[in-house]
Amino acid sequence: MEPGIAGGVGELVDHLFRHSAGQMVATLTRMLGPQNLSLAEEVVQDALVRAIETWPHRGVPENPRGWLMQVARNRALDCLRRDATRARKAGVLAAEAVNAPAALAPMTSMAPMPPMALTTPANPLDPDASGADDTLVMILMCCHPALAREAQVALTLKTVGGFSVDEIARAFLLRPAAVAQRLVRAKRLLRERRIAFELPARGLGARIGSALETMYLMFNEGYAATAGDDLVRSDLCGEAVRLATILADHPATSLPEVHALLALMLFQASRLPARCDAEGALVLLADQDRRRWDRALIGRALGHLDRCAAGERATAYHLEAGIAACHAMAPSYAATDWAQILALYDDRLALAPSPVVVLNRAVALSMVQGPRAGIAALAEVADDPHLRGYYLLPATLADLWLRCGDRQTAAAHYRRALELPCSEPERRFLLRRLAACEPCS
Amino acid sequence: MPKFLMLARSDARAWEGLSAEEGQRIVQQYVDWSSRMRAAGRLAGSNKLKDGDGRVLAGNGSGVEVKDGPYSETKEVVGGYWLLEAADFDEAVKLAKDSPHLRFGTLEIRAIEEM
Repeated sequence: MEPGIAGGVGELVDHLFRHSAGQMVATLTRMLGPQNLSLAEEVVQDALVRAIETWPHRGVPENPRGWLMQVARNRALDCLRRDATRARKAGVLAAEAVNAPAALAPMTSMAPMPPMALTTPANPLDPDASGADDTLVMILMCCHPALAREAQVALTLKTVGGFSVDEIARAFLLRPAAVAQRLVRAKRLLRERRIAFELPARGLGARIGSALETMYLMFNEGYAATAGDDLVRSDLCGEAVRLATILADHPATSLPEVHALLALMLFQASRLPARCDAEGALVLLADQDRRRWDRALIGRALGHLDRCAAGERATAYHLEAGIAACHAMAPSYAATDWAQILALYDDRLALAPSPVVVLNRAVALSMVQGPRAGIAALAEVADDPHLRGYYLLPATLADLWLRCGDRQTAAAHYRRALELPCSEPERRFLLRRLAACEPCS
Repeated sequence: MPKFLMLARSDARAWEGLSAEEGQRIVQQYVDWSSRMRAAGRLAGSNKLKDGDGRVLAGNGSGVEVKDGPYSETKEVVGGYWLLEAADFDEAVKLAKDSPHLRFGTLEIRAIEEM
């Protein structure tokens, strides 16, 4: 009889490799210890290569994640057996496999188990089993406060998100070598500090706070460039939402501020389909076709907004989620509850001053009290060093002057904005607005 | 229908430095191609060959000499095969031209001798 091609799964779930890689690295890091994080990454990469070589011929196995984990686990065992200094850990790994309750879910007959298969848990990567816990611990480890923010982001994307060094470099407009070095340093620091692979008994709140900041940065980096040329940057938004969802779903980390940030990101993400026009230019909130907003994401956001209200204090995430909710519920830009948004911005500023919040508040103010009030409010941050090089300051001023009917001043501000760094869609948008300011001749 | 053996040669290093996302895209392309072939009743079978596990046998007058190899580290080793069914060579070539494998290596098509 001729060998057939396994029927199996025809369509792989979106980001299956990336997400499986993240879960496998987390689970293997728990089994092998955090000092073997690099080994975990290596064997997971090997497992993915095995899949690329095998699945084209044998078809996708019925349980692709289980298949990948099996191969990675066997590779890890191979490596540990070869390495005498790691011999002790091999016992732990083998014991865990032997103690497991049931055999791996059967594969299709066309995708036989790799040799040297060990007994494994019913589904080693079942989200209900230890897999989700491992990923959560891994997130909190990668966001350890001892690491710099940039290192936290890179390490989280690499180990939990399954992003490659090149992809992280592209997403943050860095050289791959710089990202690689950042990762090596971060891992060394985790090793030196002997960070344990467990939910921290003390200081969990601070670790969660750190993780939320990392996710928010990840999301904003992707959001700013979502209309950009490189798809990998918009993937950052999806990844940040996925990670925050893991925290929100776990009883140990399901804090009100986690739900607040998740609601905020989901509200923002719901507008992604409307943020770019057919010519690839940025479309401002005022001009977006609201029918293109993703209602399912808004629904999810509202659910988390409800749950974040359980907290006793309003964090910045609460207030910003509240502002985003006002926009999501408004039938149009003009019919938005700007007074409510202005009040939320006032609370937000009272919580922690930030020049970017002043800028956003000025827009809300202009909608309540008129463009001149907005221009006056922006005078306060005109020379703020944090906004130097931020094209949105002159672009916002230009828009306010245009609303006052002063095309000449508006044009001057658009020209200033165009001198500052911005993405290609943003540049197209600014050029179009500038052209609209030029006197008709 | 006549059968054709399609040998897939590739460089084992083709996958070096590949990201998970790219890897998944590649697998999906192969799976899509096989699905199309199967749906059209053109796919009779396929297998991946085990890496680095070959033996080369040669008679030397008095006996048989057995050598290990060929090694998968060497470039352009046969890594797997597909068995196609096609009306003739032209159709077999046409089907093979769509294969994603051609981005990573070469394909050699041989007609199976009908008895």
